[in-house]
Amino acid sequence: MSAATANHTPTEMMTIAAARALRNEDVCFVGIGAPSAACNLARLTHAPNITLIYESGTIATRPTVLPLSIGDGELCDTALTTVSVPEMFRYWLQGGRISVGFLGGAQIDRFANLNTTVVGAYDAPKVRLPGGGGAPEIASNCQEIFIIMAQSKRAFVDRLDFITSMGHGRTGVERRAMGIKTKGPTRLITDMAIYAPDPETCEMSVVSIHPGISRSQIEDSLGWPVRYAAEVVETPSPTHDELEVLRDMQARTRQAHQQS
Amino acid sequence: MAEFMSLRDAVAHCIGDGDRVAMEGFTHLIPHAAGHEVIRQQRKHLTLVRMTPDIIYDQLIGMGCADKLVFSWGGNPGVGSLHRFRDAIENKWPQPLDIEEHSHAAMANAYEAGAANLPFAMMRGYLGADLSLVNPNIRSVTCPFTGEVLAAMPAIRPDVAVIHALRADREGNVLLEGITGVQKEAVLASKRAIVTVEEVVDTFGPTNRNAVILPSWTITAVCVVPGGAHPSYAQGYYSRDNSFYIAWDAISRDRDSFLAWMTRHVLEQGPEAFAVHARPAKASKLS
Repeated sequence: MSAATANHTPTEMMTIAAARALRNEDVCFVGIGAPSAACNLARLTHAPNITLIYESGTIATRPTVLPLSIGDGELCDTALTTVSVPEMFRYWLQGGRISVGFLGGAQIDRFANLNTTVVGAYDAPKVRLPGGGGAPEIASNCQEIFIIMAQSKRAFVDRLDFITSMGHGRTGVERRAMGIKTKGPTRLITDMAIYAPDPETCEMSVVSIHPGISRSQIEDSLGWPVRYAAEVVETPSPTHDELEVLRDMQARTRQAHQQS
Repeated sequence: MAEFMSLRDAVAHCIGDGDRVAMEGFTHLIPHAAGHEVIRQQRKHLTLVRMTPDIIYDQLIGMGCADKLVFSWGGNPGVGSLHRFRDAIENKWPQPLDIEEHSHAAMANAYEAGAANLPFAMMRGYLGADLSLVNPNIRSVTCPFTGEVLAAMPAIRPDVAVIHALRADREGNVLLEGITGVQKEAVLASKRAIVTVEEVVDTFGPTNRNAVILPSWTITAVCVVPGGAHPSYAQGYYSRDNSFYIAWDAISRDRDSFLAWMTRHVLEQGPEAFAVHARPAKASKLS
């Protein structure tokens, strides 16, 4: 690893902090967008043997450019094997083969429940979002869940209009009460900080603050009074290696998506 | 046995107003040319079924072909909203759209149940998810052996499945490779099936013995439409046109620009307009 650098954007810090959370031995169910960038960065840096699975059916895929969709040809071309979508959801996800599900969302609350369905009433929505896709079952069937989302008051809300996929439940107790054996969201990585569930209340609490970010910045960009863990550390800055690999990957991706 | 026919005849023969139609293809092999033909023939009151209603269903919805949508994720993958889908739900334009919303796992299981001639599907899912509060077709069933409560939903049994495959042989058997999604299940769950293909070959040649091949006698109509998946892709033939998916955001955002695009590129064209996209793949080396 080379020396740390201060020349990075908040989004790069978020992606890099998210990548670091993944382990070489993980079998990871990858959401499209920010999760996909983080998972492939992990694979191209410290976790070369990580197994990345996309819901289109591609298992152990190693794309050289990031896919725009969940089923770009690149994913199939570089996969160990590609299975049908029913098999993916039944045998691999429901079958309990996935160690980490990596999700993003439009909105999140303090117990890491996610909304990607509607803002406003379901029958008369102010904003109709895409919906759940694979997320409702990813949230309950993976051994644990990492979430990556940039902080804003619009996205980090006190109360969700709709729970598309359950984190720890509306008040933090529902998941346990239902007897679900998987852990649920254990990490929330934002462009400002890293959060983990409080051992008792399951409220997502700040455990690490990214370099150059203040507590008041964090507090001003979410819709609830934020809680800090007993011990809060500073997230290590991105290394030159991490930044270089990330930027190369994104430059290749931009070029590929414009050409096609 | 499948009949080879023009796409125009296949849609006229197989799809009627009010039918329940599943056009499937999970990112790969989306039957865009067939969707355009349905729009040109002005089918109405369809119930459209599809896990990922992306651009093709945005177009069908925006052109007023659908009364109802059964789906699990409605967006432009990697780009953002489907503006015509949103306009229909948020503003009832061009007409109201009923929705029946599920998760991917539920839809995949429900297609499989349809193919297996079962009345319903079950899975361990929807735990703590609000969809079960707003969709009366999400129910539960108790395992008679363990007592575990599982989510249940009706099998999907469309009137018509529409898919795009790589190629057909002279007998009308069709081959799919790569990301095969739920197409096999959708065809086997449906009363009728239309399959568009890139080309017809004398023999499939050396295929993997476990390749997804749908026998001719499971299909109603086979139509040769080279490029017919564009802007989706056909592995080994052409790549996904990601730049078009990005461009669709601006085209579809505004009702007038959407209608102008549809007139120019769909209403005033025929299936042969897709041939220009049937170029050899730049990136894909599967075949």
